[in-house]
Amino acid sequence: MKLYNGGIILAGLVIFLGLVTMPVWANLGKPAYVPQKLTMPAAPNDKACIEDKEIMRNTHMQILDSWRDAVVRDGKRVYINRHGKQFAMSLQNTCMKCHNNKEEFCDKCHLEAAVTPYCWDCHIAPKGKKQ
Amino acid sequence: MNAIYSLVFVFALVLIPLFGVGAAQQTYFFGVCVPWTAFLIFLVFFTAKIIKWASRPVPFSIPTTAGQQWSNLDFIVHDKYDNPATTGQTWIRMILEVFAFRSLFRNTSMRVAMKDGKPIVGYFSAKWLWLFALMFHYAFFTIAVRHLRLFLNPVPKVFEILETLDGLLQIGIPRLYLTDMVIVAAVMFLLLRRVAVPTVRYISQVADYFPLLLILAIAASGIYMRYYAKVDVVAIKQLILGMVTLHPVKPIPATIDISFFIHLFLVSTLIFYFPFSKLMHLGGVFLSPTRNMPNDSRFVRHVNPWNDPNIKPHSYAAYEDDFRTPMIAAGLPVDKEA
Ligand code: HEC
Ligand code: HEC
Ligand code: HEC
Ligand code: HEM
Repeated sequence: MKLYNGGIILAGLVIFLGLVTMPVWANLGKPAYVPQKLTMPAAPNDKACIEDKEIMRNTHMQILDSWRDAVVRDGKRVYINRHGKQFAMSLQNTCMKCHNNKEEFCDKCHLEAAVTPYCWDCHIAPKGKKQ
Repeated sequence: MNAIYSLVFVFALVLIPLFGVGAAQQTYFFGVCVPWTAFLIFLVFFTAKIIKWASRPVPFSIPTTAGQQWSNLDFIVHDKYDNPATTGQTWIRMILEVFAFRSLFRNTSMRVAMKDGKPIVGYFSAKWLWLFALMFHYAFFTIAVRHLRLFLNPVPKVFEILETLDGLLQIGIPRLYLTDMVIVAAVMFLLLRRVAVPTVRYISQVADYFPLLLILAIAASGIYMRYYAKVDVVAIKQLILGMVTLHPVKPIPATIDISFFIHLFLVSTLIFYFPFSKLMHLGGVFLSPTRNMPNDSRFVRHVNPWNDPNIKPHSYAAYEDDFRTPMIAAGLPVDKEA
């Protein structure tokens, strides 16, 4: 089979195939992916988050959003979780009091998912604990 | 009717993973086997089609000449990029075509009106198709690139910048991506155009509606995952990275919502379908002789590659030499008397 303008067409084809298979060769030789180990809050804090872990994992941003709206718009500052426990609706004074090491908790996850919450433009992050 | 068929077909495609994962729990099949098979088919048949096209000779020099041709008379202004004469100008024409859809920009609509009791035909510039087609393709491309965050570890910084730019309006949490809105709006427009304009509907086939509806369903399931179902992105990333490093995670994390499998199945269908459909214009645009040839037939002879090299050119003078005597006998005029 004879190709016409074969050189440039094959070059283009190779570039295209290289791009679409990029995830495969870019990960070649890398160790198997295991989600980062997160640094969980240490005692004496409560052992549990404000909601169950699975709920927190997937919907923490929506919880924060509803907190923000409740506080800023409605002046409501108390959150009652499904077990009847009360929490102050505050990013800095609730979440970050327990999760006081942002670098080793929030950031670790967010870096992997390439999300960059802009909350910290205004809210103050707790200083990460140095080992 | 064609639109309805396509819609039913897309619904059926949603039902397959819905039952396959929801009822039969075949997460490994739908999460690893189907996507990989579809991707391999895509690679093989995409390559095969390009090779097939590349092996087809172009018999004539057939660039579309959408502007003034080059001339050595200097008062004639050459339209370099609509009627390119050199390889360099042809490259620029191609780049403009691929990145700016220049030929679609010339889209017109025709209307017949009555003037003084007589019908007259008017042509109007119709840029909507160009605008929405461009929006659609750029949104699709950006979304595909953004998805690489699920395929790479560690994720390069550019993806964080892309996320920030795409969510620039900071609407809601998770931040609303502008491309999500754009792709839905643009696909809707392209779909409505086919349904609502009678002339376009008349020439629309299942093969036209189906990709649009499929892409709409993919975008809708993606949007549903991100803003409503709140899927477990970390677990999904584990599945995807296991897949691309050829070390699939087993068992598939149980926290992955079924909407992800629907999304993935629809995407698999799309890339499987790709090499056999009109979506191949992705590769085809580069191989279009009407776009990728310079209009230089006045100074470079285009030899038809399928000409038999044994058949030599035969000029009229040579023809007359062959037949001069019978021609004179028949009373035909000849250039050179015997
Ligand atoms: C009372 C202390 C406390 C507070 C307040 C708290 N957390 Fe937690 N959080 C925890 C603990 C402890 C865990 C680990 C739960 C487990 O392992 O079951 C956790 C788990 C999580 C997880 C899941 C991590 C994973 O491994 O998937 C997220 C996300 C999270 N928290 C976010 C938040 C956010 C956002 C807030 C504020 C809205 C918050 N937490 C408030 C103690 C707290
Ligand atoms: C432009 C600056 C700014 C940004 C960006 C911002 N906030 Fe706030 N936030 C505020 C201010 C001001 C308040 C009011 C504090 C108060 O009344 O106690 C507030 C209050 C809140 C509250 C309730 C009160 C408290 O103590 O936390 C929550 C929850 C909250 N913000 C969450 C968020 C989240 C989540 C983000 C990121 C998605 C975010 N904010 C981004 C300025 C900001
Ligand atoms: C288990 C991993 C994980 C942990 C731990 C975690 N996040 Fe997230 N977070 C995510 C993921 C994944 C997203 C993006 C969700 C998506 O794309 O649908 C996200 C999104 C967000 C967003 C919305 C970003 C946007 O603008 O779209 C905010 C705000 C946020 N996280 C706050 C926090 C805070 C504060 C903490 C620490 C207390 C935290 N997260 C810990 C995984 C995590
Ligand atoms: C080219 C085809 C694809 C299109 C058009 C598409 C479209 C979308 C859209 C519009 C979203 C909404 C959120 C966003 O814009 O990021 C989305 C989310 C998502 N897609 Fe896709 N997708 C495609 C391929 C894939 C593939 C191949 C995978 C995985 C193997 C995938 C996994 C996901 C996941 C996990 C989400 C949720 C992300 C989140 O919650 O932030 N998609 N998709």
